[in-house]
Amino acid sequence: MAEKKIRVLIGKPGLDGHDRGAKVVARALRDAGMEVIYTGIRQTPEKIVAASIQEDVDVVGLSCLSGAHMVLFPRVAELLREKGKDDVLLFGGGIIPVEDIPALKEAGFAEIFLPGTDTNDVVRFIRERVGA
Amino acid sequence: MDKDAIRQRVEAWEKGPVAKTLNRFPERRERFETTSGIEVKRVFTPLDVDGDAYLENVGLPGEYPFTRGVQPTMYRGRFWTMRQYAGFGTAEQTNERYHYLLKQGQTGLSVAFDLPTQIGYDSDHELAEGEVGKVGVAIDSLKDMEILFDGIPLDQVSTSMTINAPAGILLAMYIAVAEKQGVASDKLRGTIQNDILKEYVARGTYIFPPEPSLKIITDIISFCKERVPAWNTMSISGYHIREAGSTAVQEVAFTLANAIAYVQAAVDKGLDVDEFAGRLSFFFNAHNNLLEEVAKFRAARRLWARIMKERFGAKNPRSMMLRFHTQTAGCTLTAQQPDNNVVRVTLQALAAVLGGTQSLHTNSRDEALCLPTEDSVRIALRTQQIIAHESGVADSADPLAGSYLVEAMTDEIERRAQEYIDKIDDLGGVIKAIEAGYIQKEIGDAAYAYQKAVETGEQIVVGVNKFQIDEELPKNILRVDPEVEAYQREKTARVRAERDAPAVDRALEALRRAASDGTNVMPSILEAVKAYATLGEICDVLRGVYGEYTEAS
Repeated sequence: MAEKKIRVLIGKPGLDGHDRGAKVVARALRDAGMEVIYTGIRQTPEKIVAASIQEDVDVVGLSCLSGAHMVLFPRVAELLREKGKDDVLLFGGGIIPVEDIPALKEAGFAEIFLPGTDTNDVVRFIRERVGA
Repeated sequence: MDKDAIRQRVEAWEKGPVAKTLNRFPERRERFETTSGIEVKRVFTPLDVDGDAYLENVGLPGEYPFTRGVQPTMYRGRFWTMRQYAGFGTAEQTNERYHYLLKQGQTGLSVAFDLPTQIGYDSDHELAEGEVGKVGVAIDSLKDMEILFDGIPLDQVSTSMTINAPAGILLAMYIAVAEKQGVASDKLRGTIQNDILKEYVARGTYIFPPEPSLKIITDIISFCKERVPAWNTMSISGYHIREAGSTAVQEVAFTLANAIAYVQAAVDKGLDVDEFAGRLSFFFNAHNNLLEEVAKFRAARRLWARIMKERFGAKNPRSMMLRFHTQTAGCTLTAQQPDNNVVRVTLQALAAVLGGTQSLHTNSRDEALCLPTEDSVRIALRTQQIIAHESGVADSADPLAGSYLVEAMTDEIERRAQEYIDKIDDLGGVIKAIEAGYIQKEIGDAAYAYQKAVETGEQIVVGVNKFQIDEELPKNILRVDPEVEAYQREKTARVRAERDAPAVDRALEALRRAASDGTNVMPSILEAVKAYATLGEICDVLRGVYGEYTEAS
């Protein structure tokens, strides 16, 4: 009966210190029964990818509110691919202009959540994609 | 006043008309409360305030305990300073925005720096990639600062700089620019945020560990006392604590707990409290709950006055005055139906003015989406001008004083904030409380509770969980040109190539010595910036001596 818990890493790439959203999402996913690792702020894409591999996560969620997402998010995707960890489900959130979303999806992000998102939608999204 | 008579009447009213009405029309909720969990009663009466303690608790504007404001005439003499936080891209672009804002009637400048600048990296550092010029202006060397204030006479404006870990460096650059304009440092007016403790719990732009950070702060305080006497050496900030999700009570409590640590550090260094405390200033958030916010500002002023007088034995009334800047709450802005944000900002700005703020930044409607456009910034500034010139609320000091609700809530916020401060004292002070994760946890719990309240519909956010419409998010938003990064790197490379390299080395070496042997680092920082040493180079020297802080995970 012991179902394997979905493992999620929530990362804050770059220099942005706005971690309210990342922490709230991490806690909501934990409350929904997932195993969540939160990296803390000011992580490089390299560190986030290394932690994702070490923790063997199914899902990586990135948060950025500083406007550096177009540099940092695709780099995490690229590094994950390079390391052969491209089966991981990637999503992002933050202050992200809608025009940037297609390019981020192109880069490998399954979803970008914008301000005002209900955390239940994030939970649902992960469960649907990672599947039980 | 016959309290018994009032009490009897209130009881009869509850049993009679209230009970009858409740039978037919139940209230919207069982318990009404503020963000801090303070109960908002059906009605407040003289029974809720200690009318006999008026002089002791409320008093008059400009007099201890300053509940009613720090100046005797408040806005009847001069309005608050209208100070919009601005900065993006290069120093050239931001300089243009400053000239625009001053032309629109803004009365002070407020510099937003980009994250590399705030964390002490030059634009060509690898960690700066993607961040240059994004959340503020990129400043690498004195050259950028000269461009930033080009054509702005520094003896005629006051400038606030949101800068913490490298605050001393940016202040030194400002002094150096002023000197080139022929303005002596004792003529400069402005503020550096210089509040590192909240960076560890809420904002994240720390560089060094707490101990050396406090040492640099006390260096700046003593340097300014001699050389830049009209400068506000710190802006102790609750703003970011609130943005991180705290309640109003926590905002007051954690901010004043940080302030206590700074004052204690300076006193421990042998400074006389009345010699520096008058140059401390504060920075608060103006959030949605109008009446709680007004009470919060009043409670903060009174509590600080009491702390300074009773805990630190200050004698000069100026040391006891909590002077503060306010910014409306960025976290309340919605990406959905962004024009509604103009209304939110208006209410929040009104709270700040009714609460007696000394300066104010009003957010722009599009900030949940991007950096504000020029049109949005103008509306935000006009909001302040309408409150000042049209609403009439600025014509009498502390106009909500005497409201039974506002007075009762002021008392309650002060009481609860004091409880937190006592708890932090019990934990061994704020640095210990931060190291133990206590403050972070309190803020995180409040943030999560708020999110859950929104998701269950207990807290309505108009346009987000109620009254939604089908809409496309706007696309004509302000973006920072990615070319800025390359341009900035090139400019800094040129500065490095053209400066007197041995002079830079000598200045940095002198700084290293000062930092190592514990003398005041400010004079050496000033020499280094004048030699065009970059911000990153100066911070690297200090990192070498002091080490770096990393967040415990």
